[in-house]
Amino acid sequence: MSPKLSDRRKFLRNSAALVGLAAGAGVVPSADAQMSPSEAATKDCKDSKDLIAYGERSHYVKSIRIPVMERMSPDEFGMTFHVLSPIQDSVGIITASSLHYVATHRGSYVPDINPQEHRLMIHGMVDRPLIFTVDELKRLPFVTRVHFLECSGNRARATHKNVQQTHGMTSCSEWTGVPLSLLLKEAGVQSGASYVVAEGAETVKGATSLPLEKVMDDCLVCYGQNGEPVRPQHGFPLRLIVPGYEGIHNVKYLRRIKVVDKHYMTYNDYGHLAADARVAALNRQVGPKSVIIFPSGDQKLPGPGFYEITGLAWSGSGAIRSVDISLDGGQTWTPAELRSPAYPMAHTRFGFHWKWDGKECVIMSRCTDELGTVQPTRAEIAKYWNVPNDKDLQIKGLDNSVFPWRVASDGSVYNGLA
Amino acid sequence: MGAFTMGSRKLLLLVMILGLCQISKAQSPNYGVGRTPTAEEIRKLDISIGPEGKELPPGHGTAVEGAGLFVRKACFGCHGETGSGGPAPTLIKSDGKTKSPYPCLNPCVNDTNLMAFHSPYATTIWDYINRAMPLTKEGTLKPNEVYALTAYILFKNGIIKEDEVMDAQSLPKVKMPNRDHLALAPEWKHGTPRLQGYP
Repeated sequence: MSPKLSDRRKFLRNSAALVGLAAGAGVVPSADAQMSPSEAATKDCKDSKDLIAYGERSHYVKSIRIPVMERMSPDEFGMTFHVLSPIQDSVGIITASSLHYVATHRGSYVPDINPQEHRLMIHGMVDRPLIFTVDELKRLPFVTRVHFLECSGNRARATHKNVQQTHGMTSCSEWTGVPLSLLLKEAGVQSGASYVVAEGAETVKGATSLPLEKVMDDCLVCYGQNGEPVRPQHGFPLRLIVPGYEGIHNVKYLRRIKVVDKHYMTYNDYGHLAADARVAALNRQVGPKSVIIFPSGDQKLPGPGFYEITGLAWSGSGAIRSVDISLDGGQTWTPAELRSPAYPMAHTRFGFHWKWDGKECVIMSRCTDELGTVQPTRAEIAKYWNVPNDKDLQIKGLDNSVFPWRVASDGSVYNGLA
Repeated sequence: MGAFTMGSRKLLLLVMILGLCQISKAQSPNYGVGRTPTAEEIRKLDISIGPEGKELPPGHGTAVEGAGLFVRKACFGCHGETGSGGPAPTLIKSDGKTKSPYPCLNPCVNDTNLMAFHSPYATTIWDYINRAMPLTKEGTLKPNEVYALTAYILFKNGIIKEDEVMDAQSLPKVKMPNRDHLALAPEWKHGTPRLQGYP
């Protein structure tokens, strides 16, 4: 790529991002409906060698990730903390890898790992400790599965304006890799083992303790994400996928699996323990959760009429079985349609025909997973813990509560918690 | 004779293949992929210290030595001169009067949840200093230095005495303030909700 072209492209990208920010990415376009199709399609894009080699999206598409409000990414040291996916612009169930949310172990650098030099070691309570290169792992039987990831920080607050802020720390990818159970069978797990410690190769060597039962059930050592190698921000060259468990357990830059006989209380682990075992359980696995992403905060409906309400539903316990929509603040519920395959522990797309009469209303979604567990409302959660359901309600564990959007009579959409 | 020669060649080949299989089997029995790490490779990579401290290396350190290292290794640069009030997470409970010039780095670690009060085991502090500190120079501290820095943090938070020697035997026995107040999640089973009875 010539430096000139590269600069020009950077400029285009930056200005596109700025325009996106300035315009507020969520306004429903009412643009040139008067323009005829022939007038609309007169411009051509000149292709370049670079774009032939590796394509990029239209410069009219302005959807971007944003760092969480609480801490800048990159920070003053160049470390990444938490970055929100523009979920309001998502279509289907797969998040583009370039827009997938990013979270690191309390802020860390993204390592630059040469896959030829990277190794995965399996050791501890096994008969045969083993070391694999990435190429060796690729020789083994693999599976491809669609799974969501979600950070424990993905909790809506009254101060949030849009769905990127309330729910932008979940994304969904097609993951390809070797079942960890296959690797552990090759190593021969000894009796008495009950946990594994999975560890990454980044600066802080993030490590997590996982129940052996879960690891043998469905965890994957992944080298592929959405048709290409896992990207550096997501764990290149190897990432452990722990379907349905909170994001931090899905160890990036995976370099070591140690089979042990107890929970190992790593730095990341103890933050997830709680005085109450019930809270510890709610901290580990994601409950059934859904959110309406159209219409959602910062968007504006141009007027009364037909709209397709759409959103995403997911559960850490299995596939989504059904989604209901309420148009009256949760008093009555009507089934929505599932518009995508409903894979276990994956985002599932729903749609709902809606004729808006132009009156103010509160819309919300709730989902039910294959175990029959229904996404709870904040009122139900407050009742379970026997605490008041008010603005100060702190939801213990991972927050999977039903989330409301308020549609004002002028079509503006606001956070229903505000 | 020709047939016999062929036969013995085949036999030799078979023996060789079997031999190779034997070698592979010692590593990955079903697929013959990967290799056995040497004891040295395992020792070098295995930095996990469990709550019983079984993996702790030989060595020892005290809070007095740790106080010197806290300055020499420039820990104070990020964590503050007193172990609080810096841009990085609080290590030592503050006097409660001095206001930090920095916002608490999210996720905020301050006097209420600093590691020595929150972690149920002292081994976790040793493990984390050893694996992750000093940032970008992680892995450079020697075991004696990690014992000394751990002892310093424990002493300054009022958990051990200033002259107590921390080593592979004493460190796992330190009674942490939060030792009996943290619960594990219940056993995980496929096809069960994350918490029975939760709405």
